[in-house]
Amino acid sequence: MSAINITNVSKIYAGGVEAVKSVSIDIADGEFIVLVGPSGCGKSTLLRMVAGLETISKGTVEIADRIVNDVEPAERDIAMVFQNYALYPHMTVYDNLAYGLKNRGTPKAEIDARVAEAARMLQLEQYLDRKPRALSGGQRQRVAMGRAIVRKPAAFLFDEPLSNLDAKLRVSMRGEIKQLQKRLGTTSLYVTHDQLEAMTLADRLVVLNGGEIEQIGRPLDVYHTPASTFVASFIGSPAMNLLRANREGNRLHFGSQTLEADRLAALPTDLTVGLRAEDLRVAQAGEQSLTLKIDYVEELGAQRLVHGTVDGKPLTAALSPEIDLGETIALTIAPSRLHFFDTTTGKRLTRLTDTSSVIREQVAALEPAIS
Amino acid sequence: MTHAPSLSPTSPALPTAGGFFRRFRSTPSEPDFAKRVQFSSPYLPYLFLAPQMAIIFIFFYWPSVQAIQSSFYLEDPFGFGSTFVGMSNYTDVLKSTEYLGIARFTAVFTALVTFFSLAIGLLLAVKADGIIRGNATYKTLLIWVYAIAPPVAGLMGMMMFDQHIGPLVKFVGLFGWDMKVGLNYTDTAAAMIIVSVWKQIPYNFIFFLSGLQGIPVSVREAALMDCRSGFRRFWTVILPLLAPTAFFLLIINTTYALFDTFGIIDVMVKDKAANNPITLVYKVYMDGFRGNDLGGSSAQSVILMIIVFVLTIFQFRFIERRVHYT
Ligand SMILES: Nc1ncnc2c1ncn2[C@@H]1O[C@H](COP(=O)(O)OP(=O)(O)OP(=O)(O)O)[C@@H](O)[C@H]1O
Ligand SMILES: [Mg+2]
Repeated sequence: MSAINITNVSKIYAGGVEAVKSVSIDIADGEFIVLVGPSGCGKSTLLRMVAGLETISKGTVEIADRIVNDVEPAERDIAMVFQNYALYPHMTVYDNLAYGLKNRGTPKAEIDARVAEAARMLQLEQYLDRKPRALSGGQRQRVAMGRAIVRKPAAFLFDEPLSNLDAKLRVSMRGEIKQLQKRLGTTSLYVTHDQLEAMTLADRLVVLNGGEIEQIGRPLDVYHTPASTFVASFIGSPAMNLLRANREGNRLHFGSQTLEADRLAALPTDLTVGLRAEDLRVAQAGEQSLTLKIDYVEELGAQRLVHGTVDGKPLTAALSPEIDLGETIALTIAPSRLHFFDTTTGKRLTRLTDTSSVIREQVAALEPAIS
Repeated sequence: MTHAPSLSPTSPALPTAGGFFRRFRSTPSEPDFAKRVQFSSPYLPYLFLAPQMAIIFIFFYWPSVQAIQSSFYLEDPFGFGSTFVGMSNYTDVLKSTEYLGIARFTAVFTALVTFFSLAIGLLLAVKADGIIRGNATYKTLLIWVYAIAPPVAGLMGMMMFDQHIGPLVKFVGLFGWDMKVGLNYTDTAAAMIIVSVWKQIPYNFIFFLSGLQGIPVSVREAALMDCRSGFRRFWTVILPLLAPTAFFLLIINTTYALFDTFGIIDVMVKDKAANNPITLVYKVYMDGFRGNDLGGSSAQSVILMIIVFVLTIFQFRFIERRVHYT
């Protein structure tokens, strides 16, 4: 009932900058959507258009089946949590929470009840009489959350709400936000540039690049089948290794080194191969392998990141810390774990198992006959 | 004639305003020791303070002491010595109905000038704040007025209110008000207030505008989502956050209305002060320099000093308490 439908929305700023380019996202009631992408890709702009803080140049935004393009922010039935919290510095925590309700003419008793409930949920009870400047960053963050939840809006909008917190607090607040959202079941749109935050919070991820959607999908789907080299290198840490390769039959040549895989026939001869650092492992004797010339090693405790080059091209592998490292190491990967991308467009290429690529293969086979 | 009684009372607000400024600018979260500087010689800091202290001493404390001293003497008009008369200069002044009338007018004048120049300055700043395009031109046009010296402003005011060619006189004439500035007490008072307000608006405008632009955008946006009425948002969020600026301007404007309007008044009532409204400062000047009653004039400036002192204490004690510094 409080779904959000974003349809062909564009934002053109004065001066002709097109920050968001015809974006469409349908958000189901109660769904947690995370917009993720590098700095300047238009995440905030898109969120702010939903919030009503930025005019919509083209397209429509619907909240709970009502087109809100020309509706004031206060009347869109949404609440927003800002990166710097945006608390009212001259009001106590109680007043900060109650302000939006007071302005909507909510009866005093109900305001008290709702503020008390939010304060209990967020463990803010003992701070209700304090001004924001007498609170820690994490507590301010909670007040900002509280201000959103007391309103019981149709949707929550978050613009990088955790990026001003230290790493440890960020992890715990992340958990709290997720739990709270599940408990309240409120539709949420969350902006972050942190791919880990995106992965852990999202029901579905929207990866934006240069104002356009690169991919929408569940976090694991995006991780396992990135739609483009951009998504592949953005989602997952360390970033996916991308190596240019020449295909000959089922063989992939990386310069002087070669890997063999199956069902590659439909792929172009010149392509980009993606290998996740965590899919690479040390090759047993007799297995096919790539030789990595080791440059340096990052110790992360549970694993170590080995950075080096394969035939002059950079590659990173995540290996167990028990393995002895020399000057070089032979690495291998399960052929099913390889990702293939078009070298010029960066789009994902699929192998023969998918019906679509079977068709493409058949079409390709017919082509000589046609011409 | 070493001291100028008409000018010395301007100063009492300054030392306090200096302390105020420091708080006005620094954020309380900043620990003080961050700015602490170590000097190699213990006398060096006093050396740095010396010029400021010298100026305050020469231009404020010394004349003040002189004014207090001469307020107890009756000075011979031809400069042949002076006689100690105790409090009689004060009792004469306070018993005079003319003086009390001027005091009443000064109170009304100060209240009106302060109120209108603050209110109009704020209104213009709020309007300018919402505008992005043409903003700079608009600001410059308004700020120019501030560069005009008070006597010049008074002259321009006189022209605007001239009996024969003054456009403002013609304008109010349309509504049946036959304005006679310089002849009619109320009309002169109105003209004086209008010119004084007009002169002070740019100053308030600049401060209010920078105060408004200092309010975090995200706080305004949060208010935009919490409150649909722009008027209510202004009263509940913008104005409270502007309070430090407003308080600072309140003090500055009160001082302005009391003292710095001297030049405007001087131009408007010159040579015909008798049946025209004047303020206490102008009266000090009239009695001291025109009337050559240095004792009475000094007593008046001491009284003025006390008024300003009390007013400043009142403002800091009772109004500043309600100001929220961020
Ligand atoms: N008022 C504006 N006028 C013109 N261009 C703008 C304006 N605001 C933003 N932009 C441009 O729009 C693009 C998207 O900005 P946006 O703030 O949405 O980025 P973002 O994805 O939120 O980045 P970040 O992660 O750094 O917050 C940027 O290239 C920015 O320069
Ligand atoms: Mg942003």
